[in-house]
Amino acid sequence: MDVIADLTVQGVQMALVLLLAPLLTGFVRKLKAHLVRRQGPSVFQPYRDLLRLLRKEVVLAENASWLFRVAPYLIFAATWVAAALVPTFATGLVFSWSADLIAIIALLGSARFFLALAGLDVGTSFGGIGSSREMLIGTLAEPAMIMIVFTLALIAGSTQLATMADYMLSPAVGLRVSLGLSLIALIMVAIAENARIPVDNPATHLELTMVHEAMVLEYSGRHLAMIELAAALKLQLYISLIACLFAPWGLARDGGGIAAYAVGIAFFIVKLAVGGLLLALFETAIAKMRVFRVPEFLGAALMLGLLGTLLLFVSKGL
Amino acid sequence: MPPVMGLGCVAVLMGVAVLAVILGRSKAATPLVYGACLVASGLACAAALFQIAVEPWATVLPLGLPWVGAHFRIDALAAFFLIVVNLGGAAASLYSIGYGRHELVPLRVLPFFPAFLAGMNLVVMADDAFTFLLAWEFMSLTSWALVMAHHHDPENRRAGVIYLVMASFGTLLLLLAFGLLAGPDGHYAFASIREGLRSPLIAALVLILALVGTGSKAGLVPLHVWLPLAHPAAPTPVSALMSGVMTKVAIYGFLRIALDLLGPPAWWWSLPVIALGGVSAAMGVLYALMQQDLKRLLAYSTVENIGIIFIGVGLAIAFRANNMGWAAALALTAALLHVLNHMLFKSLLFFGAGAVLSATGLRDIEQLGGLIRRMPATSFTFLVGAAAIAALPPLNGFVSEWLTFQAILLSPQIPQWGLKLIVPAVGALLALSATLAGACFVRAFGIVFLGRPRSPAAEAATEVDRFSLVAMATLAGLCLLTGVLPGLVIDGIAPAVKLLVGEVMPRQLGVAWLSIVPIAESRSSYNGLLVFLFVALSTGIAVLGIHRLASRAVRRSAIWDCGFPITSANTQYSASSFAQPIRRVFGSIVFQARERIDMPPPGDARPARFQVEIKDLIWQFLYAPVGDAVWEAANRLNRLQFLTIRRYLSLVFLALIVLLLVVAIWT
Repeated sequence: MDVIADLTVQGVQMALVLLLAPLLTGFVRKLKAHLVRRQGPSVFQPYRDLLRLLRKEVVLAENASWLFRVAPYLIFAATWVAAALVPTFATGLVFSWSADLIAIIALLGSARFFLALAGLDVGTSFGGIGSSREMLIGTLAEPAMIMIVFTLALIAGSTQLATMADYMLSPAVGLRVSLGLSLIALIMVAIAENARIPVDNPATHLELTMVHEAMVLEYSGRHLAMIELAAALKLQLYISLIACLFAPWGLARDGGGIAAYAVGIAFFIVKLAVGGLLLALFETAIAKMRVFRVPEFLGAALMLGLLGTLLLFVSKGL
Repeated sequence: MPPVMGLGCVAVLMGVAVLAVILGRSKAATPLVYGACLVASGLACAAALFQIAVEPWATVLPLGLPWVGAHFRIDALAAFFLIVVNLGGAAASLYSIGYGRHELVPLRVLPFFPAFLAGMNLVVMADDAFTFLLAWEFMSLTSWALVMAHHHDPENRRAGVIYLVMASFGTLLLLLAFGLLAGPDGHYAFASIREGLRSPLIAALVLILALVGTGSKAGLVPLHVWLPLAHPAAPTPVSALMSGVMTKVAIYGFLRIALDLLGPPAWWWSLPVIALGGVSAAMGVLYALMQQDLKRLLAYSTVENIGIIFIGVGLAIAFRANNMGWAAALALTAALLHVLNHMLFKSLLFFGAGAVLSATGLRDIEQLGGLIRRMPATSFTFLVGAAAIAALPPLNGFVSEWLTFQAILLSPQIPQWGLKLIVPAVGALLALSATLAGACFVRAFGIVFLGRPRSPAAEAATEVDRFSLVAMATLAGLCLLTGVLPGLVIDGIAPAVKLLVGEVMPRQLGVAWLSIVPIAESRSSYNGLLVFLFVALSTGIAVLGIHRLASRAVRRSAIWDCGFPITSANTQYSASSFAQPIRRVFGSIVFQARERIDMPPPGDARPARFQVEIKDLIWQFLYAPVGDAVWEAANRLNRLQFLTIRRYLSLVFLALIVLLLVVAIWT
């Protein structure tokens, strides 16, 4: 029976992240619109967009290969699995031990790998520019992320997210310099990885500034829907990751029962809303950077992450 | 299976080499020779598999130095490396059965190929310094002959010269290292070297000599210069062997000397090893990202992977010196697993490059493109190799890098300050090189196999022969298998790890669900199988759901390209444009990369020009001065050739006096 219960919780987690992701995207868009005194579309607009995309036919370039058609599913699946492994409302998920935080980052790396390949598949200059820039951003964001993982893992004594979250809930954490550094670095990485302002603009299709959108220019119909959904999942993943590590309040412990899970879900939704609000505020307040300023931005994140790790190598208390 | 089979297979391979000379140019020679190599390597690999977990086997043959004989011994470490060598050898032989048919001058390849395989086997089995060095030099010379197979090309001749110089340099240092190890009494057998006592100074000297000597063969920065020249010059299966297998033999040499023969390590030994490893990892992949030649790109990527392996080895030395046996076991397991993994995916990628070369005649990636439609099987296996080397789960490259990261996470417990500062920095370099490798292989696969063909040759490509495909598919399957069931391999490596650091990682096969748990479950665990199933399941759900819910209509149409498609394939992103952002960010320091743009004003019909200048600083500041100095000295000494007999005689006389003085003062 335990196994079935555990699997159900894991299934709920998978369904929950999938269902909430477009809502989060819609919420952020709505807030951004309000902040610049516009009405903005309904928060449910992303769901409608997805449904419409699903109903449309796929227009494929003549020379698109099988990789172009397979990639959206792989990107979606890798992101979904990664998102399902981050504790959102409960820590004791069954499969959480099958992949730690490093593996989750690597799963997102796989999604990026295939997305960049898909951008190159049709053979246009836009796809190439997107892939090339995406890989540049990735090569700086991912090491920064690994450094953040190092910092957190050295503090919590584990790279398992569930254990980390448990540790962060315990009073042993205290206030640490390295934690502060890694929080800032993690936010910077999250912004870059999700193609948000100031690194990339999710709303624009201006040729020379876009990164993520340039890669997916040739996609249409259900393939585009998969990629959009994966992008929404990724944004949610980062917010829930930050929440799980730095604000783990309300997470249901192992075998907490239905009530604890319900509380956990409520807390999770509140955390997502707060995260979305902060993101919208930040994005409206700041201007987009030039592409070659991005390495400086991410280099700072990398340095902060490395500094956090170094501090911990030097002293356990910092 | 009797352990003597290892030596038997070497004898067979040598016999095949002689046979190849006799068979000469006959048509049947190619399949016969490679077929025999395949059988011999396969048997040797099987024998080594049986040998890894049992007692070491040793023998002395009455060859070599008259009062020493030739000692051979297969212990767990040797057995592990024999598996790596012969698995790689078998794959390369299988591949060659097909690929060898394109060889225009088979007689320059056929005899040396089995001899090269035999040489590598001998190095791993050698149990005395003399046999080791002899086999090492034999391995170098046979591979040099293979590099020079197409010596009409001046590029290849240059590669051959530099390879020969670097190989001799490495052997010289190893000779000195073994000389110090043997001591004044000249105990050449490894068994007596192990028992000898050394002062810390001598031990340090041996370690440095061994690191530089084996590092020059493995391709550690800054000793890597021969790799990117020699690997493209050799025929593809040989490139695969040199890159995937011979560099591993060099690592074997280092492990044997540093962790077995030299006795208990001092903590600071790990400093140069970790530092050189970290620098190699990052520099290698940056170099790889800048390359246009597919095989040269792969060669530089080998430099990166060797760096990763040396990071693991260095950590193992540091942990062992601090009596943290379990941590040393973890670090060394990571390194050895990466040895196996790199052999698998680098051979696979070289085979893919060879397939592209034989289908199009091109190695320059700027002229390729669109091969995924013309060579579907090759491109699929290459994609698997690219994903594996880019450390994507659930493939094998990820597992060994993950284990290395876990080992780094244990190092704050090391008390020494030098290591406390260097290890996190190297951790950052490792993370950076892992992600740069991702970019590098997106570029390699994307430009070569995706997009539209950039040349008529790429347009006309067809799939390669069955043997090559089977070889590539086997390696791709092994990459997945090792990634999905890493526990099996980790347990297999355990005896070798035990031999070197005295402890092993906890047994992995007993862990539920076939996870791997390096230290404790609450600390970290990874399950390749579950991740694989999880991803496969979600892909399945997504595909099923979408195909049930969504419209299935597909319309093929022209490329959209923002509504302004240009039919010329030149408008695609090229390899150098793909690497441009990364070159700008990293290359301006590392390579002193400078871009010069000459953009004529509107109305001027002059073509715009874009020039990139990249310098190889290591060559410029390390090798070129040495080369110049040698040239200068040679020029000066040249005068000695034209002396009169009187002057010669006085020179000899002077030399004699100096020598006598030296002897007098010495005693």
